[in-house]
Amino acid sequence: MKIVVCAKYVPDATGDRKFNADNTVDRVGVDGVLSELDEYAVEEALQIRDATDGEVVVVTVGPEVARAAVLKSLQMGADSGVHVLDEAIHGSDSAATSLILARAVERQRPDLVLCGMASTDGGMSVVPAMLAERLGLPQVTFASEVVVEDTTVRIRRDGDAATEVIEATTPLILSVTDQCNEPRYPSFKGIMAAKKKPVETLTLGDLGIAADQVGLDAAWTRVDGFTERLPKSAGTVVTDDNGSGADQLVSFLVSQKFV
Amino acid sequence: MPTDEAAELVKLVREIATEQLAPRASEAEAAAQFPRDVFHLLGQTGLMSLPFDEADGGGGQPYEVYLQVLEEIATAWVSVAVDMSVHTLSSSAMARFGTPDQRETWLPGMLGGSQLGAYALSEPQAGSDVSAIATRAVRDADGYVVNGTKAWISHGPHADFFLLFARTSDDAKRGLSAFHVIAGTPGVSFGAPEKKMGMTASTTTQVIFEDVRLPVELRLGDEGQGMAIALSALDSGRLGIAACATGLGQAALDLAAAYATQRRQFGRPIADFQGLQFVLADMAAAVESARATYLSAARLRDAGRPFSRQASIAKLVATDAAMKVTTDAVQVLGGYGYTRDFPAERYMREAKVMQIFEGTNQIQRMVIARSLLREAQ
Ligand SMILES: Cc1cc2nc3c(=O)[nH]c(=O)nc-3n(C[C@H](O)[C@H](O)[C@H](O)COP(=O)(O)OP(=O)(O)OC[C@H]3O[C@@H](n4cnc5c(N)ncnc54)[C@H](O)[C@@H]3O)c2cc1C
Repeated sequence: MKIVVCAKYVPDATGDRKFNADNTVDRVGVDGVLSELDEYAVEEALQIRDATDGEVVVVTVGPEVARAAVLKSLQMGADSGVHVLDEAIHGSDSAATSLILARAVERQRPDLVLCGMASTDGGMSVVPAMLAERLGLPQVTFASEVVVEDTTVRIRRDGDAATEVIEATTPLILSVTDQCNEPRYPSFKGIMAAKKKPVETLTLGDLGIAADQVGLDAAWTRVDGFTERLPKSAGTVVTDDNGSGADQLVSFLVSQKFV
Repeated sequence: MPTDEAAELVKLVREIATEQLAPRASEAEAAAQFPRDVFHLLGQTGLMSLPFDEADGGGGQPYEVYLQVLEEIATAWVSVAVDMSVHTLSSSAMARFGTPDQRETWLPGMLGGSQLGAYALSEPQAGSDVSAIATRAVRDADGYVVNGTKAWISHGPHADFFLLFARTSDDAKRGLSAFHVIAGTPGVSFGAPEKKMGMTASTTTQVIFEDVRLPVELRLGDEGQGMAIALSALDSGRLGIAACATGLGQAALDLAAAYATQRRQFGRPIADFQGLQFVLADMAAAVESARATYLSAARLRDAGRPFSRQASIAKLVATDAAMKVTTDAVQVLGGYGYTRDFPAERYMREAKVMQIFEGTNQIQRMVIARSLLREAQ
């Protein structure tokens, strides 16, 4: 089974996050990583590959530094990578990203396309659906468990009120949640092996996409401004002097309209 | 870092250390719980065999890189790093002195990532004075019969194999021999865990040998070569401890520096006071010189040059630095540093043993002086 994983390079959620002058997320000037939520997609792909004797190709769209997302996937065990790199991509919205991904993915003729459930930076959880639409393939989102038997895929989706099991046939697009597995760490041997694995770099031209179809100018939405979340304020300390603590707590909660 | 791979490796180790080790350390130390699962994870990731040849199933990394990995792990959880270093020490004799047959039989398992090795040299009456070892391996028609008690054996009850040193004759120089002992061999048992001051997650026990039969094929090197094997392993082991101590010092420094910027007295962060800044600066200088010292010794080793004196210097400098820096960290945290709510006091307790094991720092000075004076003659 040939599996393509769409993996995004995002700013490390534990570090400082910044915006560029054009209000797009700065992915170059900050520490970045393979999106944590996409690690689940890579892991799921590796497990399916190992069970079906298949192949895993990782596709990423992003600036030069985004290659790190491909590299991390290769270190985890993916077989090869595709990096779509073109200056005109900067500022692309979900619709444009899904177009680029669709073109890059379809060249691979995959049986299964795996995505994470959302990105941890500017994320709307819509790329898998858009990708399915563009590729004319069925899609199942938010899989918590995936079982593959030949061309049949059984997917468990855990909702708030109910759990459903969906059966689909390949080719198929699937997004997986952070419940479906425990992503592995790369091994040292994996790190060494990754250096020798092929990574294809493609431009928009290679994919037959015109520069004006994507990028900030083609985006359907635009970020006009942003405000940083206020830093945490000092908070109120309740000291329990001769048993008055409980009363103080209650009046604090009342004053804040928490109770 | 000498190579891209090494830089990637350290990145991976940092990730594992922050996500899997650091969050568990304080609790496991308080509960004296040996984290066997952590060694499985490190093994799967290939971190338990980094300095061994690739042909033997190792990572083929120079000591310079292996030690920095060890330091990263020590910063997150020093007991784990020390046990990793002990595993390296315990595997090194097979890699270096094993016959081709022995290496082929045993090394893949030892370095495969699922096994943990222990180092059984010390005895109740033979600490600094290794020549006082009383555990005997008596040769008979079928092999050896071992009787005796080993003391202070790190992760003894959790080990899959032991590098054992036992007396095969009373010859002063060539009285000891080395053996590879597989856990579960009949006659091997363990004492109760020592009630230690620190590093409680690393179980330390006696290992008792009662009529333990070992085939001759499990002897490493020649009969009588034990002392040479023990000492050659210890030179490298001391570098391991130096790296662990440096990582521990770094952890204490990071904690103290962060605390100093948060804690306010006299209306401002205590980090504003020059008196405290100088404490922090001295701590940083101590950690940095410890690191430079072990790296310089490691580079000698990697270049195939003699490094025994430099290994002892590194062990001495780095562990004394760790003791000083962790003590100062408690000072920087004030009363809070003296409580178990912060890891500063734990770091201080952990630092103390660094000055004691793998040759006390008095013994290191002896080694240094001896080599120095031999050269001066
Ligand atoms: C937590 C822990 C883990 C350990 N793990 C292992 C292990 O895995 N395997 C193993 O084999 N051993 C292990 N050891 C043993 C350790 O290596 C010994 O404790 C160490 O070598 C010191 O021996 P001793 O405790 O008998 O002290 P002694 O040798 O009795 O020393 C007592 C004091 O006398 C000093 N002294 C001794 N001789 C001289 C001299 N000639 N000149 C000046 N001063 C001297 C020493 O420096 C020390 O201050 C471990 C010990 C500890 C505490």
